[in-house]
Amino acid sequence: MSWEPVIGLEIHAQLATRSKIFSGAATAYGAPPNTQACLVDLGYPGVLPVLNAEAVRLAVRFGLAIGGTVAPRSIFARKNYFYPDLPKGYQISQYELPVVKGGSVEILLDDGSRKTVRLTRAHLEEDAGKSLHESFQGLSGIDLNRAGTPLLEIVSEPDMRSAKEAAAYMRRVHQLVRWIGICDGNMQEGSFRCDANVSVRRAGTDKLGTRTEIKNLNSFRFLERAILHEIDRQIEVIEDGGRIVQETRLYDPDRDETRSMRSKEEANDYRYFPDPDLLPLEIDAATLDAVRATLPELPDRRAARFVTLGIPAADAAQLTLERDTADYFEAVLAAAPAVEPRVAANWVNGDLAAALNDAGLGITASRVGAAALAALLLRVADNTISGKIAKDVFAAMWAGEGGADDIIAARGLRQITDSGALEAAIDKVIAASPNQLAEYRAGKDKLFGYFVGQVMKATGGKANPQQLNELLRRKLG
Amino acid sequence: MALTRENVAYIAHLARLAVSEREAADYVVKLSRILDLVDQLRQVDTAGIAPMAHPLPMAQRLRPDAVTETDRREDIQRNAPQAAEGLYLVPRVIE
Amino acid sequence: MERQTIAALGRALRAREVSSRELASAALEHIARLDGALNSFITVTADQALTAADAADRRLARGEGGPLTGIPFAWKDIFCTRGVRTTCGSKMLANFVAPYDAAAVERLHAAGIVSIGKTNMDEFAMGSSNETSWFGPVHNPWDLERSPGGSSGGSAAAVAAGLISAASGTDTGGSIRQPAALVGITGFKPSYGRVSRYGMIAFASSLDQAGVLTLTAEDAALLIEAMAGFDDRDSTSANLPVPAYATDIGKSLAGRRIGVPPEFFEPGLDGECGARVREALAVLESLGAQVVEVSLPHLSLSVPTYYIVAPAEASSNLARFDGVRFGHRAEGATSLEDLYKKSRQEGFGPEVRRRLMTGTYVLSAGYFDAYYLQAQKARELIAADFRAAFAKVDVIAGPTAPTPAFRLGEKTDDPVQMYLNDIYTIAVNLAGLPGISVPCGFARGLPVGLQLIGPAFGESAVLNVAHQYQLATDWHSKAPPEAPLVAAVAAKGRSR
Repeated sequence: MSWEPVIGLEIHAQLATRSKIFSGAATAYGAPPNTQACLVDLGYPGVLPVLNAEAVRLAVRFGLAIGGTVAPRSIFARKNYFYPDLPKGYQISQYELPVVKGGSVEILLDDGSRKTVRLTRAHLEEDAGKSLHESFQGLSGIDLNRAGTPLLEIVSEPDMRSAKEAAAYMRRVHQLVRWIGICDGNMQEGSFRCDANVSVRRAGTDKLGTRTEIKNLNSFRFLERAILHEIDRQIEVIEDGGRIVQETRLYDPDRDETRSMRSKEEANDYRYFPDPDLLPLEIDAATLDAVRATLPELPDRRAARFVTLGIPAADAAQLTLERDTADYFEAVLAAAPAVEPRVAANWVNGDLAAALNDAGLGITASRVGAAALAALLLRVADNTISGKIAKDVFAAMWAGEGGADDIIAARGLRQITDSGALEAAIDKVIAASPNQLAEYRAGKDKLFGYFVGQVMKATGGKANPQQLNELLRRKLG
Repeated sequence: MALTRENVAYIAHLARLAVSEREAADYVVKLSRILDLVDQLRQVDTAGIAPMAHPLPMAQRLRPDAVTETDRREDIQRNAPQAAEGLYLVPRVIE
Repeated sequence: MERQTIAALGRALRAREVSSRELASAALEHIARLDGALNSFITVTADQALTAADAADRRLARGEGGPLTGIPFAWKDIFCTRGVRTTCGSKMLANFVAPYDAAAVERLHAAGIVSIGKTNMDEFAMGSSNETSWFGPVHNPWDLERSPGGSSGGSAAAVAAGLISAASGTDTGGSIRQPAALVGITGFKPSYGRVSRYGMIAFASSLDQAGVLTLTAEDAALLIEAMAGFDDRDSTSANLPVPAYATDIGKSLAGRRIGVPPEFFEPGLDGECGARVREALAVLESLGAQVVEVSLPHLSLSVPTYYIVAPAEASSNLARFDGVRFGHRAEGATSLEDLYKKSRQEGFGPEVRRRLMTGTYVLSAGYFDAYYLQAQKARELIAADFRAAFAKVDVIAGPTAPTPAFRLGEKTDDPVQMYLNDIYTIAVNLAGLPGISVPCGFARGLPVGLQLIGPAFGESAVLNVAHQYQLATDWHSKAPPEAPLVAAVAAKGRSR
């Protein structure tokens, strides 16, 4: 019997504001405990929340980017429950009327096809603090620095049918929030995390099975593994004649399993009601227009444009994973119009990406800037150096030895395009290889490569490959 | 509307109150009386009436995104019943 | 002891006929001598008061300062005062020192007021008799066996007995107006949104509003003018200019239309109280006002509506008191849940716990629509009644409370009887309107209050009618006799 998994995700993206959603405390990561928790964040008696304009602007940006409807009027509600990391005894969130409704994103499947994942909603809310369980005998320590950090909760429809699709969706949203600059996407610091709702049903049926919610998924890999594991667990339970219990489960990456979180179960009567300390959030058309005007070209559109430049779709997709990469790439093209876009794309996705990865750097911190890379590629395009030599020059540039032209000059890497010099080198090689010459002439074509290699060796790799091929063919007859 | 002991126990748990047996019995009587009072509303015809969440017909004002608060942990934690190393301490949280 | 208005004290201070230090010392002396009979103060801040008085005197000596500079004042203990214990009348906050000043406190301090201390109140402002305070009940200076009303009972009793000329209060369902009526002083609650709620410990956020208890409407005008105004720390603060109340009160009543709803005079109203209110209406007519009938057909819904909305909001607002960051923490808790439950059970008194239970219930799964949502719709009906009435009249008049002061202990066993005491005041909070109670005579030797209600942000009209009424009558200057207080203090001393 075959089973079909049904998966929906709730992604929490921390909005990139300086201050908290309802207070003037800083949102910076890693401060000593409770030094960034002001009276509002601590739920002190008498203090009141005032909404951060930037958090609203970033939420609107997201709504526009996914083609959702930005609500002209949305409401903040209180979600009431007791937990030590929740200082007020309630979380301010949006419930019945969220700031964004609808919208969708496209994901690329393994077979190259595209799938649309619909979004239910995205709403503004405040984050909770952290409980620390180490170092205090029998006690937990509470750090409320994170309390009140602005979050956008992005809720999808249950449109995904495999762990792979779920991971692709999560990556896609991750790409988008960073692209439009609303979230730094830093998963180690908890700026982008995910809960997954998972159920299974018999293939070919429509009715949804009972779902479980897996919390604490802070990497793409964990998401995929946790869902795979949960699907297997659910199928096993059902096939053994059991029933799935609707519950919250926690993924434990160390053991690679999910387990039930009973502590969260009992208090699910959240008693939502509109927060009387906050008034309806109204967003008018002028605000929407203003935010729309600042939206960058979105990744899909940009990738499609790159394809029109002759770049393969997969490469275009890779170039648009991050906006900084796409910007870098376009800066290279702008500085080197004579370079084939396809060639530039290969460099950005290839040598540059590898060097950045080895050095653990982001592209904006690249040791070879876009203009410098453009200068290098121009030297390949005008036949000053070969593509192979260019890799050495790039390495030298990366090592800080200077610009492409300086390195080419200093190391004497300019290609030998003087046919006289090249012919002399070829003659020398032929004279020194009588046996190979005989075999070649007897029909062993493969030896052509031997001669190319010998000449390249003799010229220190500086022979222009095309010219060399031509001359060699003539001489070998 | 009359409340049962079970209702009272459930509400007390949600409200995190350690209600004694005697108090629970008292709640059954007094809360039921209060509910009788508020139940008068159930008969009121409110079809088509927009709920009034707030006395003022205003929209939410927005605050500029600026850090205005400084660290006052030492001062503020003087009110804390139990704190150490800057953390508020509570009985072990089990997840 | 002679009670003095703020207006008179201000004139005397500016004329250097008296110093702020003398006034502060006198207030401290009155409290020390008489408050044993009233229990109107929870905390007295003598040293800070004298320091502030000296600073005020220096300003006055330089010819600086305004109408409030150097005036002694007391705060209901629901207002956060930096570095001073702020208890909210609760064991939960018995040792809580606020690390900041409420907006109202900041504003009056900036205007030069001298804070003398914090007054007793119903716990978390939940009560109409001041009997729910963890610090014990407050006694009505007209009859020490009786309640001064609540929740701002400490402020009311202290002003009525002349311990201080004015004090702040908060009014969620009548907590300023009802005690003012029961002790025979003036109690003014501005429109919702007029005074910042920042730093006022929340009971029911959509209803709470700060105001003052004073001897006269003129004093209320002077104080609210300084206390009111936009505050960007409170999202519900109205960004509107504050009118010159103290000037507006001088206008003639000729042509003022005063609406009287028959719903205010239905059988629940004590006959003598009703008679005093009708006499007051006659005085207003004699001053040129035109008294007309208006209807508030949904008034009877206000008590049930309020007792859904207020406990619901309170159940959420008071969730922050969990024994973790501040406030009472139970000893010997075995688990987190145990810590929460014991700390809250021990820290809150019975009436607060009852309202937390009610509020939790009406918001709980399956009941939200039937209770909370229905109450919000009823609230709209009540507010719409007022809007319709104010299309016809400038001010609405009626009684403040259905009876004069009741005996301590008389209603404590029956919460519903206690709740019905708020029947005339609650609708005003639901609609967010300004309201005042002014003394209008006596019933069986106890003060009776006339309530005047204005349209949203129409404080000027309310204060104007109240002030003109007080120019024509002298009920507001009737002070309770001091002798019974002195005797009670002495008796207490003997029994110790």
